[in-house]
Amino acid sequence: MESEDPEMEREDAENEREDAENEREDAENEREDEEDERRRLKLVEAITALRGGRKKPLGERSEAAVRVSEFAVTAEGERQKVQLSDLIEGAQQSPAVPTQTRKQLQNLRRSQKTVEQPLSRQESERVQRDLAFQKAAVHVSRWKSVVTQNRRSEQLVFPLNQEPSGPKPLEKVVTGWRVQTPLEQEVFNLLSANKQPIHNPVLSPAEEASLRAMSLEEAQIRRAELQKARALQSYYEAKARRERKIKSKKYHRVQNKARRKEFLKQFDQMVKTDPNGALEELNKMELARMKERMSLKHQNSGKWARSKAIMAKYDEGARRAMQQQLELNKDLTQKVRSSLSNQEEQEDGASDPELLPDFVNDAEPGQVSSNPWMRGELSAEPADAQRSEQEVAAPAAEKEQHEEEEEKEADEEQALLRDFEGRRKLRQKEEEAPGQDVEDSDEEEGPADQDQEEEGLSEFRSLFRGVAEGLKEAAAASTAGCSSAPLEGGLIRIRTVEDAELLPPEDVELLPCSESPPSAPQEEAPPTGQKARGSKKRKRNIELKEVLTKDAKTVTVPLAPTLTDTADGSDEELDQRGLIMEAFAGDDVIADFLRDKRKQEDAAKPKVVDLTLPGWGEWGGQGLKPSSRKRRRFRVKVAPAEPRKDQRLPGVIISEQRNGSLSAHQVSALPFPYENHAQFESAVRTPLGRTWNTERTVKKLTMPKVLTQLGTIIQPMTEEELARKKASAAGAGKEDPHKTKDQKRRARKGRHSQKI
Amino acid sequence: MKVKVLSRNPDDYVRETKLDIQRVPRNYDPTLHPFEVAREYTRALNATKLERVFAKPFLASLDGHRDGVNCLAKHTRSLSTLLSGSCDGEVKVWNLSKRECVRTLQAHEGFVRGMVVRFCGTSFFTIGDDKTIKQWKMETPGYGEEEEPLHTILGKTVFTGLDHHQKEGVFATCGQQVDIWDEQRSSPIRSFTWGVDSFSSVSFNPVETDLLGSCASDRSIVLYDMRESAPLKKVIMTMRSNTLCWNPMEAYYFTCANEDYNLYTYDMRYLEKPLVVHMDHVSAVLDVDYSPTGQEFVSASFDKTIRIFPKDAGHSREVYHTKRMQHVICIKWSADSKYILSGSDEMNIRLWKANAAEKLGVLAPREREAANYSQKLKEKFQNHPQIRRIARHRHLPKSIYHQTKELRVMKDARRRKEMNVRKHSKPGAVPVVSEKEKHVVTVVK
Repeated sequence: MESEDPEMEREDAENEREDAENEREDAENEREDEEDERRRLKLVEAITALRGGRKKPLGERSEAAVRVSEFAVTAEGERQKVQLSDLIEGAQQSPAVPTQTRKQLQNLRRSQKTVEQPLSRQESERVQRDLAFQKAAVHVSRWKSVVTQNRRSEQLVFPLNQEPSGPKPLEKVVTGWRVQTPLEQEVFNLLSANKQPIHNPVLSPAEEASLRAMSLEEAQIRRAELQKARALQSYYEAKARRERKIKSKKYHRVQNKARRKEFLKQFDQMVKTDPNGALEELNKMELARMKERMSLKHQNSGKWARSKAIMAKYDEGARRAMQQQLELNKDLTQKVRSSLSNQEEQEDGASDPELLPDFVNDAEPGQVSSNPWMRGELSAEPADAQRSEQEVAAPAAEKEQHEEEEEKEADEEQALLRDFEGRRKLRQKEEEAPGQDVEDSDEEEGPADQDQEEEGLSEFRSLFRGVAEGLKEAAAASTAGCSSAPLEGGLIRIRTVEDAELLPPEDVELLPCSESPPSAPQEEAPPTGQKARGSKKRKRNIELKEVLTKDAKTVTVPLAPTLTDTADGSDEELDQRGLIMEAFAGDDVIADFLRDKRKQEDAAKPKVVDLTLPGWGEWGGQGLKPSSRKRRRFRVKVAPAEPRKDQRLPGVIISEQRNGSLSAHQVSALPFPYENHAQFESAVRTPLGRTWNTERTVKKLTMPKVLTQLGTIIQPMTEEELARKKASAAGAGKEDPHKTKDQKRRARKGRHSQKI
Repeated sequence: MKVKVLSRNPDDYVRETKLDIQRVPRNYDPTLHPFEVAREYTRALNATKLERVFAKPFLASLDGHRDGVNCLAKHTRSLSTLLSGSCDGEVKVWNLSKRECVRTLQAHEGFVRGMVVRFCGTSFFTIGDDKTIKQWKMETPGYGEEEEPLHTILGKTVFTGLDHHQKEGVFATCGQQVDIWDEQRSSPIRSFTWGVDSFSSVSFNPVETDLLGSCASDRSIVLYDMRESAPLKKVIMTMRSNTLCWNPMEAYYFTCANEDYNLYTYDMRYLEKPLVVHMDHVSAVLDVDYSPTGQEFVSASFDKTIRIFPKDAGHSREVYHTKRMQHVICIKWSADSKYILSGSDEMNIRLWKANAAEKLGVLAPREREAANYSQKLKEKFQNHPQIRRIARHRHLPKSIYHQTKELRVMKDARRRKEMNVRKHSKPGAVPVVSEKEKHVVTVVK
């Protein structure tokens, strides 16, 4: 074991050296102390002789050594060994030994200390263990910061080293891959032969060059364009698909017509740009026309047409359908007119004098026709239908007069309008600020009138007339409404028979008036209604004012209309109230409450205790009462109770008695981590739910302490975590020592994660 | 007839874009909500009751062993794989999601004493009563192939415990001494002895990966550093520790399961006194395993129960038991910290939920929020007597219930006696010894 231990070996060697040194010093002084030595030896011999001479050392024979030491060191005496000093002697003289070593040797020679004994095996092992333990303890203590940080943190997210989910960049995946099988090697060779990217540059040289050719902005613009084009294409496709699905005949007819028109337009264009193409198109059209003319299609000669013809007598629709067929035929068989064909026709026209001029086909101006468009007179309106009967025969000279008449009429209407407008304004003004209203309204009317006159278009006139008539009716209705005060009373809901009796008798006749649009007169209605109802109500129901000394704080909130029918809003409110009143007419909650409170108050009042005993100290018996003096004496008066806390709170009963059923739910002792009850109370008082907190606060408050991901292995903490924690602590600084950034990120990301 | 409809304007409660902050439909002014505490209390009470209603921790029982299950091993890479070794030398590999045995192999003659999966998950080691260490492939042998170990090391003595290094090809065994083995060699690269003749378990520190701890039969726990030639330190307790488990998140804490019905959590730097004494079992604790989050640990006991302790709580938060479950010999906490696996005497492996009332599987966001909220409510009101009473109530088998009571009586009696002795002796003559100090005999350097 000792040989194993280098330390002990060293110590032994040192011991030996020390001894050798002592010996050498002796040898130096030998000559001087020879006599002493001899005496000492003699003494020793004498002592050994005393013991019986058994220990007398045997004489040793010495022979010539087989190998003679090259250093030629020999022991002096017979019993002597080679001393270290003998060995060192040589070192002193030889110049090969450096002076430093020589000095050290001399120092050694001079020191007189003895070396301590080496430690026992057990002892030395113990020291070793202790050292090792110290080392391990220090080493393991470097985790302390991480441990405390984790213990303090609001949320722990596991696993600790989460890689960002989602596809990894190709470079990362590729770099980790190595060629393994022969097949792969072959593929690899092929790739390298064709200058295909293998490892780091994922793009081929050509691709890279193309990438370099386009700047980022350009690429973005190009991409945007492509995106737009793609989007447009998809829109068009979708539209076309949608249109193809439409089954409506009418729609397709209109569509076809539009297309034809468009085509004609294009065709005209084509004539100029591409005459040959146009000619071809023309030929095509001509061909189609010829076909149409040859076929019996759209000629009303088919089976369907015949069946329709039978129905046509009675059925308007059938007739129209047949008409349409014919029109279609006509359309299709008509010659296409275009500039190209026009030219031809012009030539034709010149050579064809029989052709009548256009105006021949025009409608005659004086002709009576039910179709106003045929007459070419725009001013004729359907509204004037009755008058137009008279007018049609009238000569053109009368036309102007008629127009003047019309203007006059319009003026009258406008006057009416103005009148009504004035009234309406007046009402508005009355609501806002009574006074200075009439002039204003007139002034405002002025320019409006002029404008109206300027736009003397007939259609507008008719429109005005319609409006004016409507307004007239409304005005009439409103005036009727304004004049009758009991109309407002119409809003009162009839709840009881008495209410119904209170209503004015003309109520029924005025009912249609409620349909009129103006709301102003009705707005005045509720107060009176309420008043009427209030006076009525006082008879039966409890007055809150009477009961509650304090007014309830009214919260004025600009309420959005909760009902679609705004005109009846106030009515609804009243309704609701009334309904509740009606529903709870029987149970008078407030009175009950007051009774309860009074009872409690009485019970809490200190009572006078009468301790008088009749017949004690005086005569007793039937009909005899204890004297008043005695009664006064034995009546114990109790001090008046303290004023109740709910004295001034009519709606509240405060009981200061202990409630046994509640105490079962109350905390009796201060729980552990809290230091005083105020702390604990405040902790309990802070609500967590979303009823009392905003969304974000709730999220923060209800964050679970430990988050784990479903189905992932949580590896033990590794050295990287230590490094990362350190880095984050250094980086984050004062921001938030308990929660690192990436932890937050992970917390956000952990969607499927759950508590522990 | 007029139909009255309540209509709300969507502008009042719908955000214009999802980037806007939520429109608040109510007034959060606390003066308008005078009963918030009462309402939350009711909610907390309901949540607590519901938790107890939904607390159904037992998931499955894996049967197939023909003798008691002596050791379990988690797969390091696959959550659904579990290995178990029984007292007849059979090792079974289980698929937990299918709840079936996928492979059976006769690994040893006599007990399979220990089993551990290599960190890469490709092979596993077993030790047995036949004095051998065997390394097996994780893959099932193909058709016609024979089930043979990759390596077999014949030892001189019986091995009782086994653990593998977290990152290197080094493993440790214990028996008469603690040996550190290189996977490539057939003789240990290092052996530690410290005057004891048998060790019951050895375990590597998962964080500070070169440290080990072992439990010896002379009632001591010995710590080692794999790189040193001598052990580090030893603490001798009043009774023997059976197993030891390091906290996977806090490098210097470990917990040991003791014969005196308790578990002790130590800081390896200060072995003079355990950090926490975890009491509640009513018989010897046989095994302990930490949750991979390091927040809790689970213990298996001879009293036929499993208990879950928070790492710094003196008493358990949960106790699992079944009528048919006998002495629980080994226990593991699954690597996703959701499940607990227990192997017991009566040849079954049982799968439990780590949180008894937790809903398994993916939760809808609203569901998750509700669960979080109710959890926080329970925490907030946990000190209220009614809630605490409901939350803490557990049904226990009669024997355990009575034994708990008995132990309490005994403990009270002892304390009373001590107090009386102290009262009637010179002040200072009978010092007050805390519960933590009571169980440590000495620390040997």
